[in-house]
Amino acid sequence: MMAEYSAFSLLANALKGNKDWKPAWRKPDPKASYDVIIIGGGGHGLATAYYLAKEHGITNVAVLEKGWLGSGNVGRNTTAVRSNYLLPANTRFYEHSMKLWEDLSHELNYNVMFSQRGCLNLAHTPAQFDDYARRGNAMRHLGVDAELMTPAQIKRLIPALDISGEARFPVVGGLMQRRAGTARHDAVAWGYARGADRRGVDIIENCEVTGFLRDGDRISGVSTSRGDIRAKKVAVAVAGSTGRVMQLAGIETMPIESHVLQAFVTESLKPFIDTVVTFGMGHFYMSQSDKGGLIYGGDIDGYNSYAQRGNLPIVDEVMSEMLALFPGLARVRMLRSWGGVCDMSMDGSPIITTGPLPGMYLNCGWCYGGFKATPASGWCFAWTIAKDQPHDFNAPFTLDRFHRGLVIDDKGQGANPRLH
Amino acid sequence: MLITCPYCGPRDVIEFTYQGDGNRERPDPASQNFEAWNAYVYDRLNPAGDHNEIWQHSGGCRAHLKVVRNTLTHEISSVAFVRGDHGRGDHGSAARRKAEDKA
Repeated sequence: MMAEYSAFSLLANALKGNKDWKPAWRKPDPKASYDVIIIGGGGHGLATAYYLAKEHGITNVAVLEKGWLGSGNVGRNTTAVRSNYLLPANTRFYEHSMKLWEDLSHELNYNVMFSQRGCLNLAHTPAQFDDYARRGNAMRHLGVDAELMTPAQIKRLIPALDISGEARFPVVGGLMQRRAGTARHDAVAWGYARGADRRGVDIIENCEVTGFLRDGDRISGVSTSRGDIRAKKVAVAVAGSTGRVMQLAGIETMPIESHVLQAFVTESLKPFIDTVVTFGMGHFYMSQSDKGGLIYGGDIDGYNSYAQRGNLPIVDEVMSEMLALFPGLARVRMLRSWGGVCDMSMDGSPIITTGPLPGMYLNCGWCYGGFKATPASGWCFAWTIAKDQPHDFNAPFTLDRFHRGLVIDDKGQGANPRLH
Repeated sequence: MLITCPYCGPRDVIEFTYQGDGNRERPDPASQNFEAWNAYVYDRLNPAGDHNEIWQHSGGCRAHLKVVRNTLTHEISSVAFVRGDHGRGDHGSAARRKAEDKA
């Protein structure tokens, strides 16, 4: 397939007055039936459709999106991409994602602006530094890059950071993953959408699933605001709405709670920080977009919510943490804040599995780390749907692991979703 | 978000600690019913709408509260004490009842 976007096509279209560009995806009406229906037109659902078509040749696929494409968490996150986990199941999965990220713009012929500017976790106590050394060693053991940094090295990397002994929480070192970075989140949704669309996938927006069709025990399609649609396989990738959608299928409880996470952006500044930095004495992370705004966030609000907006205590906390690290930002103005609904799982790790009902496939439990997982989540979910069994990368991420004592709790927080 | 504590009146949410889903029922500590324990620890209703939950007024009177809060709007429709129906100023009621019984 000749690249749709290239220097040549740019020039050719410019000469023709840019009148012949095709929309990046069609707006088809739903057909009566498909081989696969994917509920949820976010990053994960679109990536799943793309890899179903590209890797498995399954193109009779519909992606159903309640709102408009990219209106959920794929457009609400803080764009960080990393694979710096402790436990092998997570490390392998997220490293697979990282490798897909590294080639994603080329793969999709769409510039997702993936920038490997590094992600630095700051340590503020010797014990925390030891803990980072342990995690760094675990990462390197599995072939992932990680390096410890001294305060002097950190100061050279981020001059604006307060690493003086006067800081409220002095910086004693950090763990750096150089291959980590950021990506343009909207472009990820649009790139996967176009890639799937051009391979024959129907992306159907403003189409809300209102129920499931059954053939005996088996899920055989969905009722939607645009009529009934039948399918051999129905895949659910709806992140924060997992509980609501599963209740439509008669599954009352899940090992998931939906919580709201807020994010913030400042007015545009000149180049200030060229990496992703995280605070170790609270929960705070920040990077700078190519437009110049500082993008940052902290903890979830900490109570169940589907509201896509949060409350002020977290705003206050996040700002305090930002100023503890960067006192020089005290007079910078915050431009916007927003919220997204996160599917917090009971061990902080995701679920990508067949079932739980016959004919159904489930992808959820992303907590607030789903963006970086987008390529691997779609890749593994497509494999699971196509072959009716998980790939090695997602085999540990079952739904029944909670009831079998096989939890994957990277932070060691226990079954307390608001702490992951 | 304001929570109206039955003792202290309307207070900012920052004074409260979220204790989580109030729909769960802890099995008898002696129970060996694994399914019941699993459900208690891991399974959640997670409704979009009214949610029964437990909060503690940890920055105030420290009472544990049963709260019904809408997860779509954050609107709170009811707040009550977790234990029994003791009202304002009824702290230590068990000890007082004991004393009254003696008298």
